[in-house]
Amino acid sequence: MNKKLRILQLYPKDMNIYGDWGNVLVLKRRAEWHGYETEVLEHDTGDDFPKDIDIVVGGGGQDSGQGRIQDDLQRAAPAIHRLAEKEVPMLVVCGLYQMFGKRFITRQGQEILGIGLFDMETRGGDERLIGNVILQSDEFGEIVGYENHSGLTNLSSSVKPLGTVVRGAGNNLSAGNEGARYKNVIGTYLHGPLLPKNPEIADWILEKACSKKFGDFTSTVIDDRLADSAREIAKTRPR
Amino acid sequence: MPASFSVLLGKSVKKIAALRGGGSALPGLFVEKINPSFIKNTLAQLPQGVVVVSGTNGKTTTTKMVVELLESQGLKVFTNRTGSNFTRGIAAALLSEIDIRGKLDTDIAVLELDEAHAIHFVRAVKPRYSLLLNVMRDQLDRFGEIDTTAKLLQTVAEATEETVVLNREDPRLLAVGSSIESNKVVYFGLSDNMRSEFPSDDDMRSDKLSNITDRPPAIATLDDLTEDSAVFDINGSKHETTLKLDGIYNTFNAAAAIATVSAILKDELNINSLVARLATVTPAFGRGEILTINNQPCELVLVKNPSGFRLGLKSFKPDDYSTMIAINDNYADGRDMSWLWDVDFDSLKHEGVSMVSGIRAYDMALRLQYEEVEIGEVIPSLKQALESFLQSDKPKRIYCSYTAMLALRRELGKITEVEAVK
Repeated sequence: MNKKLRILQLYPKDMNIYGDWGNVLVLKRRAEWHGYETEVLEHDTGDDFPKDIDIVVGGGGQDSGQGRIQDDLQRAAPAIHRLAEKEVPMLVVCGLYQMFGKRFITRQGQEILGIGLFDMETRGGDERLIGNVILQSDEFGEIVGYENHSGLTNLSSSVKPLGTVVRGAGNNLSAGNEGARYKNVIGTYLHGPLLPKNPEIADWILEKACSKKFGDFTSTVIDDRLADSAREIAKTRPR
Repeated sequence: MPASFSVLLGKSVKKIAALRGGGSALPGLFVEKINPSFIKNTLAQLPQGVVVVSGTNGKTTTTKMVVELLESQGLKVFTNRTGSNFTRGIAAALLSEIDIRGKLDTDIAVLELDEAHAIHFVRAVKPRYSLLLNVMRDQLDRFGEIDTTAKLLQTVAEATEETVVLNREDPRLLAVGSSIESNKVVYFGLSDNMRSEFPSDDDMRSDKLSNITDRPPAIATLDDLTEDSAVFDINGSKHETTLKLDGIYNTFNAAAAIATVSAILKDELNINSLVARLATVTPAFGRGEILTINNQPCELVLVKNPSGFRLGLKSFKPDDYSTMIAINDNYADGRDMSWLWDVDFDSLKHEGVSMVSGIRAYDMALRLQYEEVEIGEVIPSLKQALESFLQSDKPKRIYCSYTAMLALRRELGKITEVEAVK
């Protein structure tokens, strides 16, 4: 089997703080279990943006990490936009989700420029929104995760959220929605990490990547009983 | 209210609380309420002042080591031994040590403080010395961000009157060190060849050594570590000793304790009695503690955060052991399970994990599934899991989160002698 997927992890050095690397691991393992080869690439500040990428994954960081990557991200923005337009699947979480929007305005009023892939902006809030989250999504059904952010994100009316909040805060304190969608790009605040307990999203990403690259996606049945049990427990835990 | 009266009151509350099996912090809370300067006044009497030990990992064992090494130098030491490391816990510990007039018959106090509580404490009591071990990811859902934790420790360093002892291998603590007057700072550290054993949090995914190039000189370093002995460089001379501490992680903290004691004793340090005592120090409960069950050792390893878990896995070889992992998500454990994905479980691949338990057993099992580590059983109930796990006739090791450890110790206490957690 020589069908190989190239998975790019964005800024593992500065944006990896909440176990989001687990998303990469889940994509890699499930791709392998479905019978595909994988290669995981990393892009850190100062690196040349790699070519022939099939999946892009980015995680959360601290405010200081966001500060360190912002210039490099602007440099990489045209390449990321091109990939998104070509319907390459991407998953960006928390810090990078915010920076895939137009801008992030800190509590001190400082403006950090995003790449504007999502028509949205984020403002630093006074309160940290922390805890277990349950979403309902048209595409993926029920999604479980864990949020930990103080930024409040407002989607413009044209942007579709990832889901509506059943439990938790989500994008901000009032909209009742969480995350954002554009073509095959998913942005979300949800850690956990997201993919282990939501394997249907992982397989959706793999399916998009494989269909685009190889014309089809051949899947096998993966035993997701541990994921199912972990989801059920997560839903019953205090926020 | 006169101080001696609040002492009397506090002491009787302590007795009553002990009778009804209450927690260690209750009487402390009582005294604090009626005489808020109780801790400050009592500690102010100490001729050698107060040492604060803080940081993410290893506080309890390191505090124990600092205490024992100071005792090896002939000092009488007060410490918050019960592991109740909040201000109230200190008040409670003080109450049981002082005489009826509120006098404390000791030379120096060594106090373990949680980062967040340390800043409240140093506002009231300026420590003469502080030992700051590391800034790692621990319960981010409580403190928010790791840089916030670094700021808390910065405050402790700034409040310290004489000497701040810092880990020079931790980039965030190096930054703390360069921000305060240099004559107030000393360092402990690792020799170059030991550094590769200690990836920092920042390097975790990239497997690169930390980019710190100009490390300041250290007054104590861990130079080498073999199966049963360690070499420390103390003020420029090398000392080899056997150890009862298991694992790199505790041994590095021994260098921290040595540096602290050396900074306190200065020219009066008796290196021979220090090294002799070092050989007898044992880890604190739940930090590599070994019980005997059915003639087989059963080891409890507390894991609170990714770096602690990784160092634990690195310290203990799984060969011929049955391994159990018990993960809870109560408030004291941290509610967020993300951290399990920042631990590399590769070392367990060969032997597998016999039992996965705790409230979040399925999250842990799921993590192992993606590491392709074989799992024997998943039983969320700690009691049932332990019963089944103890059937095996191999030596056993249990990695457990904080509240899982407390519950497992209670169960184990029914079948073997377990040191009481007061």
